[in-house]
Amino acid sequence: MIEAVGLTKRYGAKTAVYNLSFQVRPGHVTGFLGPNGSGKSTTMRMILGLDRPTSGHVTIGGHPFRQLPNAPRQVGALLDAKAVHGGRSARSHLLSLAQLAGIPAQRVDEVLGVVGLQDVAKRRSKGFSLGMGQRLGIAAALLGDPQVLLFDEPVNGLDPEGILWVRNLMKKLAAEGRTVFVSSHLMSEMALTADHLIVIGRGQLLADMSVKDFISANSADFARVRTPHTEPQQREKLTTVLTEAGGQVMPEPDGALRVTGLPLPRISDLAHDADVRLWELSPHQASLEEAYMRMTQGAVDYRSTDDRLAHLQPPMPPHQLPQPPQYVVPEVPQQGWYAPPPPGQNPYAAPQNPQHPQNPQAQGPNTEDAR
Amino acid sequence: MTTPHSYVSPIPVRKAHLGDALTSEWTKIRSVRSTIWTLGIMVLLMLGIGIGVGALVAASDVSTEGETALGLGFFGVLLGSICVITLGVLTIASEYGTGMIRTTLTACPSRARVLAAKAIVFFLLVFAITTVTAALVGLADVAMVDAAEPTGEEWLRATVGVGLFVALLGLVSLGVGAIIRHSAGAITIMIGVLLLPLVAAMFMFAESLRSTREWFLEYAIPSQLIALYAGKSTVTMSGPAGWDPVWIMAVLAAAVLGGAFALINSRDV
Repeated sequence: MIEAVGLTKRYGAKTAVYNLSFQVRPGHVTGFLGPNGSGKSTTMRMILGLDRPTSGHVTIGGHPFRQLPNAPRQVGALLDAKAVHGGRSARSHLLSLAQLAGIPAQRVDEVLGVVGLQDVAKRRSKGFSLGMGQRLGIAAALLGDPQVLLFDEPVNGLDPEGILWVRNLMKKLAAEGRTVFVSSHLMSEMALTADHLIVIGRGQLLADMSVKDFISANSADFARVRTPHTEPQQREKLTTVLTEAGGQVMPEPDGALRVTGLPLPRISDLAHDADVRLWELSPHQASLEEAYMRMTQGAVDYRSTDDRLAHLQPPMPPHQLPQPPQYVVPEVPQQGWYAPPPPGQNPYAAPQNPQHPQNPQAQGPNTEDAR
Repeated sequence: MTTPHSYVSPIPVRKAHLGDALTSEWTKIRSVRSTIWTLGIMVLLMLGIGIGVGALVAASDVSTEGETALGLGFFGVLLGSICVITLGVLTIASEYGTGMIRTTLTACPSRARVLAAKAIVFFLLVFAITTVTAALVGLADVAMVDAAEPTGEEWLRATVGVGLFVALLGLVSLGVGAIIRHSAGAITIMIGVLLLPLVAAMFMFAESLRSTREWFLEYAIPSQLIALYAGKSTVTMSGPAGWDPVWIMAVLAAAVLGGAFALINSRDV
C-alpha cells in the first residue's frame, strides 16, 4: 500500500509535482500515466525517499521509505535500466545489492533465472542492450521478494516476447497480493496490464480510477454511419434527420458520418423512416490511447512542430512559383472494424482524388505515399 | 503488515547492518576493473620509482648525509598517491555518474551506512596495499644503499605511517567525491590540493608573502610526506614533524567526511 498526501516538489521556480494525493492498493497492477515531463519519475523518486518532497508526504505500508524496517525486503524498484555501473558484471551487480540488503546470495542466481539473464550473468553490463538492462533492473527489483514493487517504464526497449513476459509478470505479482505500481506512456500496454490508473499531467492528478471507468469517462463512444456515396443528397438528408433527433453528426474525411448521442437502433429507425439506405452502421469504442490523449492534450509539455527545413530549401527560380500545398484531409485515428471492400473495387477511393483525373493509378488511398 | 491480502516472502527476513554494507562494498570495489588498474599502477609506481631511485643513489656514490635510505621511497609514494586520489573519488562519484546510487540507496535507505561502508572498505584496502608496498621498497632500498641504519620508529613511520597517510588522503578524496558527485571535477580538485601549494610557493617571491610561502612549503602534502619519512620538518623547525602529518591528514579527512555525511543525508539523489 502506497499512500501519497499532498505531495509537492519544486525545483527552483519549476514545480515538478503539485499537491498529488493517491493510494496504490495491494492486489492490483496500478498504472501511472502521464506525458513526458509530467512528474512520474519525480513522484517515484519521492516514494523511494531519494528526493525529499517540498511539502506533503508519501508512505509505504504506513512508514516513509527511509524509516521502513527492512526496506529492501518490503520495496523493490526499477527506476532506470541504465542505473548500473557498466564495468560490473550482471551477477556482481546483483550480488552487491543482495549483500547490502542482507539477502542470501543464492537468491541472485534465482532472479537471474527469472529474468532470463543466466547466460550473460558473467558479462559486464556495459555491453547490454536496453532490453537486457531492463531485465537486469527487474531482477534487482525482485531480489528482496518484496510486497511493494515500483517499475518506471519497464517495457522500454523490450522485444515483443519481453513485453508479453513483463505483462504476465506484473499480473502474477499482483495476483500474489503485492502492490504493483507501473509507470508507462504506452497506453495500449497499460490497457492490457493495469487494473487501475493514476494519470498525472504537469505534476497534477488528472484521474485516479479503474481502467474501465477511465475509458468510458474520457471517451465518447460513437457510431459510424455510411450512406451510399453515389447519392450525396441522402447523406445530407440523414445528417438533418439525425441532428433533429438530438444527435451530433460529424463528417469524416472518407465520407462516413460520426454520430454521437444516439443509440444504434435509433439511427437505423431514423434512416429507415427517412428512406435513406445505409452501407455501414457500426459501433465504436474509443481505445485507452484515445481517452488518454483526450485527457492529457492540455497538459503536454513537449509538443513537436513541423520540420519544414525552411533554411535548407534551394531558392526557387523566379519564374517557377512553388506549388501551393495541397490540402490534406487530417487523418482521423481509425480504430474498430471496417467492412472489407467488395471484390474488384475500393469504395473509399472512387469519388476522391479529383486533382489527378489524368492519372489512372490515382485510385487508392495510398496515392499520396506512392508519388 | 496488516493489509488484508498482503504478500509474505518465504525468504527469512533479517535486519541488514553495517557488516552487510561492508561485504557489499567489498564486492563492488573488487568487481570493477578500474580498481585493479589504479591500484596495480600505484604498486608499480611505488616499486619501480622507489627501488629505481635507490638503485641510482647506490650506483652514484652520493653522500646520504646521515639520512636513512627509507626516504628514497618518497617519489614513488607521491606519484602513487595520484592513483589513490583517483580511486577514492571514483569509488563514490562513479555511483552518481552512472545513477547506480539510486539503486544502492533503494536497497539501503541508510545513506550514512553506505558512505561509512565505502570509506571503511576503501581505507583498509589502500592502507594494506600501501603499507606492504612501502615496506618492500624500504627493504630493497636499505639493502642496496649504503646509509645510516634506520631505527624501529623510522621503519614504522616509513611503512604504517605512509600507509595511514596515503589511505587518509584517499578518504579526503572520497569525501570530496561524495560532495562534488562528479568524477572529473573531484579528481581535478584533489590533484590541485596535492600539487598546487608547492607550485604556488615557487612563484611567491614578494617579501610580504613570505609567511604564506613558508606555510605552503611546510604544509603542502608532498612536504608533509617528506617530513613523515625524515621525522623532522623540511624547511624550518616549526613545521610538522614525526607523526604530525598523519594526525593532520586524519583531521582533514574527518572534516571532509563530516561534510559529506551531512550533505548526503540532506540532498536529493
